[in-house]
Amino acid sequence: MESTDSELIAAVLKGDPASFEPLIQKYQPRVFATARRYARRESEVEDIVQEIFIKAFQKLSSFRGEAPFEHWLMRLAVRTCYDFLRGHQRNRETAFTELSELETAWLDRFVVQPDTASESASAARDLVNKILEQLSPPARLVITLLEIEERSVKEIAALTGWSVPLVKVRAFRARAEMRKILGRISRDKYV
Amino acid sequence: MNLQKLQEKLLAAARLNAPSEQVPFAFEKRIMAHLTRPLADAWSFWGRSLWRAAAACVVAMALLGGWSFRATPNEKIDLGQDFENTVFAALDEHPSLNSYEETW
Repeated sequence: MESTDSELIAAVLKGDPASFEPLIQKYQPRVFATARRYARRESEVEDIVQEIFIKAFQKLSSFRGEAPFEHWLMRLAVRTCYDFLRGHQRNRETAFTELSELETAWLDRFVVQPDTASESASAARDLVNKILEQLSPPARLVITLLEIEERSVKEIAALTGWSVPLVKVRAFRARAEMRKILGRISRDKYV
Repeated sequence: MNLQKLQEKLLAAARLNAPSEQVPFAFEKRIMAHLTRPLADAWSFWGRSLWRAAAACVVAMALLGGWSFRATPNEKIDLGQDFENTVFAALDEHPSLNSYEETW
């Protein structure tokens, strides 16, 4: 019979680190998916996931068991991803690349007939990834959680440790920041 | 260009492309190796460093010993006399200290 999360956590806290392995196996797909939202290169993703689980192991004694382990782990994951974004902020500011032919074609299509530019096109996906990389760390985090993962403001506050009003303010600023980047792209291209 | 609509379209595109949940093979083993290694590593780090320092000290001692042995090959070394000379060298050379007894 498989042990529950709380049994495994209790065993780790009693001094059996091997009991942490089933927890990693169980939750690593979700943690990988979360890390892939913030880092593009696979080596960076692996480093983030490794850091998340090492932190989880080291801070396991602070898990009080009031909420499911998964919630506690995802909070840790989101905060580690945010730290990663802040640590790589400088690289992102200088790494803006030109639009590819496909992205330009997709934008052209959008300008002529907005409804014909499909959201499922790979060019749209690449373009939004480029724009997200241009956002400041708090803006990227809040746009990802609120607009892409469609979480509530309250959930975001719990995940990030920010207050509810701060999440709202940052969401407002993040949307404005994103529109500013889009405006810059359209100016460069169409004016 | 309608930036609001463009933003909505791009965010919809991002929503459609959920990131993969694929995990590299035996990734949990890699993490477990990290988790179980640190304590042993801390001790072995100090052990290795101290052994290296000890080896370097022995080499330095051997070199200095050899060098001092060669520097005075035929003289009989009186360690006590040498020590006294070294200690009183300053007194011999310093003019103000030469008149020390007169001012006492």
